[in-house]
Formats: sequence, C-alpha cells, structure tokens
Amino acid sequence: MLTSKVCSCTAACAGIKDGARLLVGGFGQPGTPNTLIRQLLAQGSKNLTLVKNDANEPGLGVSTLIEAGRVKKMIASHIGLNPLAVSMMHEGRLEIEVYPQGILAEKIRAGGAGLGGILTDIGLHLVTEGEQTVELEGLSYKIEPALRGHVALIHAAMADEVGNLVFTKTASNFNPVMAMAADLVIVETEQLVPVGKIDPDQVHLAGAFVDRLVLIEELTPDYGVLKHHALQKQNRTTSRTGNCSRADY
Amino acid sequence: MDYLPKDHPVFVHSENGIWGMGARAPAGKEDRNLIDAGASYATIVPGAAFFDSLTSFSIIRGGRIDITFLGALEVSQAGDLANWIIPGKMTPGIGGGMELAQKSRKVVVLTTHVTKTGAAKLLKSCTLPLTAPACVAMIITDLAVIEVTDAGLVLKELAQGVSLDRVIKSTAAPLIIPAGVLPTF
Repeated sequence: MLTSKVCSCTAACAGIKDGARLLVGGFGQPGTPNTLIRQLLAQGSKNLTLVKNDANEPGLGVSTLIEAGRVKKMIASHIGLNPLAVSMMHEGRLEIEVYPQGILAEKIRAGGAGLGGILTDIGLHLVTEGEQTVELEGLSYKIEPALRGHVALIHAAMADEVGNLVFTKTASNFNPVMAMAADLVIVETEQLVPVGKIDPDQVHLAGAFVDRLVLIEELTPDYGVLKHHALQKQNRTTSRTGNCSRADY
Repeated sequence: MDYLPKDHPVFVHSENGIWGMGARAPAGKEDRNLIDAGASYATIVPGAAFFDSLTSFSIIRGGRIDITFLGALEVSQAGDLANWIIPGKMTPGIGGGMELAQKSRKVVVLTTHVTKTGAAKLLKSCTLPLTAPACVAMIITDLAVIEVTDAGLVLKELAQGVSLDRVIKSTAAPLIIPAGVLPTF
C-alpha cells in the first residue's frame, strides 16, 4: 500500500529551524501558501531567509512574517506592491536581494535539477565585481549560481495523497519550480483526492517532489478576491488610477 | 487591454503565466486565481493558455514576444532604457522588465515626455542604471511619437495642440525633424 503524505499543518511545519531558507510559491496572492505561512507565524519561526517572487502586500502572505520581524533577508524579483517591505529595506531592517524574474526562476530550477548554475546574457551590462562571466562560442554570459532552500512552501489547487499536484490559472507561477529545489517540500492543497483520481496526464507536478501534504481547512479571505484590486462598479476610472502597477513608475 | 477591440488578432502575454490575456475582470466577475502582473483581476480570450514562471520567461527570453510596451525613467538617443532603479530612492526590484526589454523583438516605451519636476526623460545618454542597452525602437509620450534609429531620434508625430518648439525644448537629445507637416495624434 502506498504511504499517504497527508499530515496536520502543525506536524508538516514542525522542524523548520530558525534561520532556514524558505522557497515560497506565489505571484501576488494567487498561489501563495497562506495556511503554511500562518503556521510559521504561530510557531514563532524567526531569522528566516525567504525566496519568493514578491513580498505580497501589507497584511498578506509573507508580508505577515516580514512585519513580525521574522525575516532577515528576502530574495525576490520585485517588492513594489509592498510599501512596508520597501520602507524596511530602506531603514536597513530587511535585507533584499533582487534578480530578474525569469533568472530567479532559472537559478532555482538549476538548484532543483542538480546543476551548479546557469549562463545568461540578461543583466550582463550590470555585472559587478565578484560576479563571474564566461565566453562561449563567441558570446558573453554571466554565471548565475544555482539557488536551493531548506524548505519549500507550496500551494496547490488539488493533490492526491501521494503528492501529485494540480495548479490552476495564474496560481501556478513559481510553485512548480520552488517545489523542485528544497530539501523538505511542504504542500498545502485546496482539494485532496484519493490516489488514482487524478489522470496521470493531467498532473502538473509529480509527487516525487513532495514530502508533506496539508489539506487547507478553510479558504480564509486572503485566498479570495481582494477588493482593492477589483474594478469598482460605479467608477471604473477611479479604480484604474488607484491601482499601483509597475507601469506607474 | 480594456481598449482593444473584442476581436483583436493578438495574444497578450502576462509574465505571471498567461498567453492570451483579455480585459480586466468586470466588477463582481473576478476570479481569485486569475490576475495580471500588476495584481489586477484579469480575464482570458479564446485560445489562451496558462503556465508556470519557467515557461513564461522561456517565452520571453526565447524571443517569442513580438512587441512589448514598457514605462521609462530615462531613454537615451541610442535606445538605452532605464526604468527599474533610482539608486538610494526607488528600488522595488526589476520584475520581468529586464528580460522583456532585452529579448522582445520590438520594445516601445510609453512615458510622459518629462518628469514630474519637468526634467527631460529623453537624453543623450542615461544617468541611471540601465534596464537594457540599445533596446528601444519607439517612444510614445504625451507630446510626441519618436522613433529610435541608427542616426538618432526621429520625430514622427506630434500630439494635438503641441508645438514642435515645445517638443524640442522638452527633449535633451538631438531630434531629427523630417521635412513637411508632421502627423498629429
């Protein structure tokens, strides 16, 4: 009989050490493992290094850990939707390291795929002292070392008991790659089905990558539609200009 | 997106994992799992596909994007683009901008012609760290449409009611002015 990977949220997150480097799925709120993050907050994990595309927004997702002073360093691609994190960075209370979004993803993929790093010409014009470059077949590349984590926190739409995962829409984002590159991979899922219920052709990430599985008990409001990002019924124009997108700067 | 005709023959890519993004979701019709790269609720068009971040940036870096529209802090006459960092001031990160600027087949900059304090954004050379060098093909501002060519910046169109003199004074790089009356927009 196959061994189920399902456990309680407390058991799943037990053993996450202070000072751990965590790979966290999500781009904005979709795909952010809010339940696992709440557990970390409750159990007091601190001195963490977070690797996530973004810092969520104040009061949401990893920002709750940042606001509680649990995060020492964040490795991200863009934190522009979180003015609190930006302020903390400028005040020297949060160390931030940024990479171009797809390069961040590929550094993690390399870490997950057992590779030492990647070669890229993205950002070649910004190479600083200490960064390595290489010539290959007449072209220049920057060497980006692989990136791994101690623990990955992943959000899935559906899972079976052995950890085969299905993601949905834009909630896939960084979840598959993060799940490939950590020593311990913890997944929270909105729906849990028995083994055999997911068509193998429809599995987005094989259970090979998953260690522990937690069924989300309640889809709290942070998983839902965030009103401040939705269009207003009466005044569409106001809502559009009120939205802070990266095109604004 | 919201201003494109419904049957437009274009697939819009959103870096967070959409090929075939539609207009913003109407009020009350939002899907909690379907956002654009700025966190607004989006829709999709028939023929759309979803994918993860690795695939999304393989589309970008692999050269499959025909045209990308980006904002700017500065653009140089050589088409260098600076739009991601003001050292010591604005440092939210880079997102997908660097890869889009460097690898899209055509880059169009959409920007105000000058900064909030009135300083020129179109310069002989950029003062801020670059997003990507020599990547911009066209600049569309509130005052003018300008093409970046090997010879320099060529003025193509003027906004309605904007004088040639104002555009020249608002631009800190030489402008090539074609003979004849410029079209307006």
